[in-house]
Amino acid sequence: MIEDKKVEEKFVDATEELVLNMGPQHPSTHGVLRVILKLHHEKVVDLDCDIGYLHRGVEKISENLSYKLAAPYMDRLDYIAAVSNNLAYVETVEKLIGVEVPKKAQYIRVILTELNRIASHLLWLATHALDIGAMTVFLYCFREREEILNIFEMVTGARLTTNAFRIGGIPADVPEGFEKAVKDFCKILPGRIEEYEGLLTKNRIWIARTKNIGVISGEDAIAIGLTGPSLRGSGVKWDLRKAHPYECYDEFDFEIPTGKNGDTYDRYLVRLEEMRQARKIILQAIDGIPDGDYMAKVPKMLRPPKGEVYHSIEAPKGELGFYIVSDGSTKPYRVRIKGPSFFNLQALKTLCVGHYVADVVAIIGTLDIVLGEIDR
Amino acid sequence: MDFLLVAVVKIIIILVFISLGVAYLTYLERKVIGHMQVRLGPMRVGWHGLLQPIADGLKLVIKEDIIPTQSDKLMFILAPVICFLHAFIVYTFIPFDGPGGFWGYGGYVSDVNVGLLFILAVASVGVVGIILGGWASNSKYPLLGSLRSVAQLVSYEVAMGLAIMGPILLAGSLSMVEIVKAQEKMGVWFFVPQIVAFVIYFICGVAETNRAPFDLPEAESELVGGYHTEYSGFRFAIFFLAEYANMITVSAIAVTVFLGGWMMPFPSLLKPYLSFVPGFVWFCLKVMFFLFVYLWIRATFPRYRFDQLMSIGWKILLPLSIANLVVTSFIILYLKM
Repeated sequence: MIEDKKVEEKFVDATEELVLNMGPQHPSTHGVLRVILKLHHEKVVDLDCDIGYLHRGVEKISENLSYKLAAPYMDRLDYIAAVSNNLAYVETVEKLIGVEVPKKAQYIRVILTELNRIASHLLWLATHALDIGAMTVFLYCFREREEILNIFEMVTGARLTTNAFRIGGIPADVPEGFEKAVKDFCKILPGRIEEYEGLLTKNRIWIARTKNIGVISGEDAIAIGLTGPSLRGSGVKWDLRKAHPYECYDEFDFEIPTGKNGDTYDRYLVRLEEMRQARKIILQAIDGIPDGDYMAKVPKMLRPPKGEVYHSIEAPKGELGFYIVSDGSTKPYRVRIKGPSFFNLQALKTLCVGHYVADVVAIIGTLDIVLGEIDR
Repeated sequence: MDFLLVAVVKIIIILVFISLGVAYLTYLERKVIGHMQVRLGPMRVGWHGLLQPIADGLKLVIKEDIIPTQSDKLMFILAPVICFLHAFIVYTFIPFDGPGGFWGYGGYVSDVNVGLLFILAVASVGVVGIILGGWASNSKYPLLGSLRSVAQLVSYEVAMGLAIMGPILLAGSLSMVEIVKAQEKMGVWFFVPQIVAFVIYFICGVAETNRAPFDLPEAESELVGGYHTEYSGFRFAIFFLAEYANMITVSAIAVTVFLGGWMMPFPSLLKPYLSFVPGFVWFCLKVMFFLFVYLWIRATFPRYRFDQLMSIGWKILLPLSIANLVVTSFIILYLKM
């Protein structure tokens, strides 16, 4: 590092920084993110994110729809984790109108959300590894994600934007064979995770590419507003499932994995462990599905009392919150979405400055952003 | 006159053979990596996708030829030609079979006493094509890609050249044919006494051909397409052909220098049964083995970062190959005394 500084000082007047435009059409900016890099040699001096290429105005659209009709739109935010988005919105409205969801629906919601967490993390691992050049992991992860999508298809009829839940519960009881499909998947998952780990965890190249890359301390991470695995990778034990349990998460036994150094490698390990913990939750929930109703009594047309409500859940990427203001009519006065990717992306500059161009790609991958949710 | 005719026929045969080999190497790559990644690879064009490389080539040929308006046109056109030409010239000196091979005409186009040196020299001229391509595109990504590429090729060539010095000392000749003959005389292929050189050569060979995990010049996740980002259609195909031809070249040199060229493995064991198999079959089998390892590596490993790659080349491989050279020379000196 000292040598680099000397060189930089010597040539700082003779050379000028190279401005490199990365995206919005770039294979590894995970969608339509545009990053403007200022480079000195191949090192990043400064960078700026340009977002908005995927703006659809979801918040505004939902102001013009009734509470129930807005729910499917929320699936399109973070389309990798559609179930979590749906859950967050549905729960917020339930909190606003004060509905108690039946236990059975809660259990099924937990199972589907945790399956979605695994699917989301699988897609993250796939693309992250591909960005760093490990192309086989990409296809292995998609193989397992396919199994989860099959389960979603079985339950909801859709694979990607599932619209899995309704305000007050779930739209229908789970079909026959659901339990077996989930259990079968849980059976194969640990072996498959070991497969990915065999290709990556102790691989010298992988370690060289991820260790001490994009380091952020716990305090800085909190100051920037990182949530989810990106925050836990820095050693902060913060998970809304434990901190403010929603649904029936307080009934399950699971750990919150945390990292130590807050680098890309630790975030990788945290997410892998989260997949295992999600499996643990699913196995507990699938055996404990109680009998009874799956839908609470909810009026056809919702007319919540005047007021406002904020509710957030632990989505795969971090804290996903909805802030809804009601003016007493059938449509919300304001819907504000607090998406984890938007806040996580803010850390990009802090993490990237001083690293190489190649690391920018790795860091965009480790932050696990989805542009559908950043631009909304 | 007769000599010229034989040479021309051999050149044509080798050219066709290598071109087809390159085309089917892409097919092999997609199949092998496909099966490693639990999928099938090309299956639609022809039986098990066997005609896929031809369809791909046809597609690239009939594509519109685009030369970016801001580019340096002459250089832009010249760059892929330079790459391609030098990738194919080297096959003149590679002995596919012994002097008695090809029905007595000799299994090579020519055997020069500085063959190996010439191959290395010609192969490195190809770098000029890469840097010209990156520069002439007049775009940032190709420029970065070509700079990386040249830095990488030049630094790995040093370690590679020094690694080959070991077997050359053992053989006492730079002629490719003589090197194989020396292995025959010694009774053991050079990768046994020169295992360190063999490993260094192999790693450098992967880096020389821009293959994973050293495929930085065309790291698509960072630099989109590297030096050929702006190229499309047939010009892109030529770059592509050159890269794959280089893969075969590096494997062929490895086979000749370290794995006994056209000789059959375990001659004492297999000679009574397999003496009818011509030498170039053994040669091709060995080259195929190398190519398979290349593909295997690509399917398994992530990619190094540029600075890490350079430090491996200069700080690990180069000192190792020098040490190997020194030790080999001393041993040879000792044995001669």
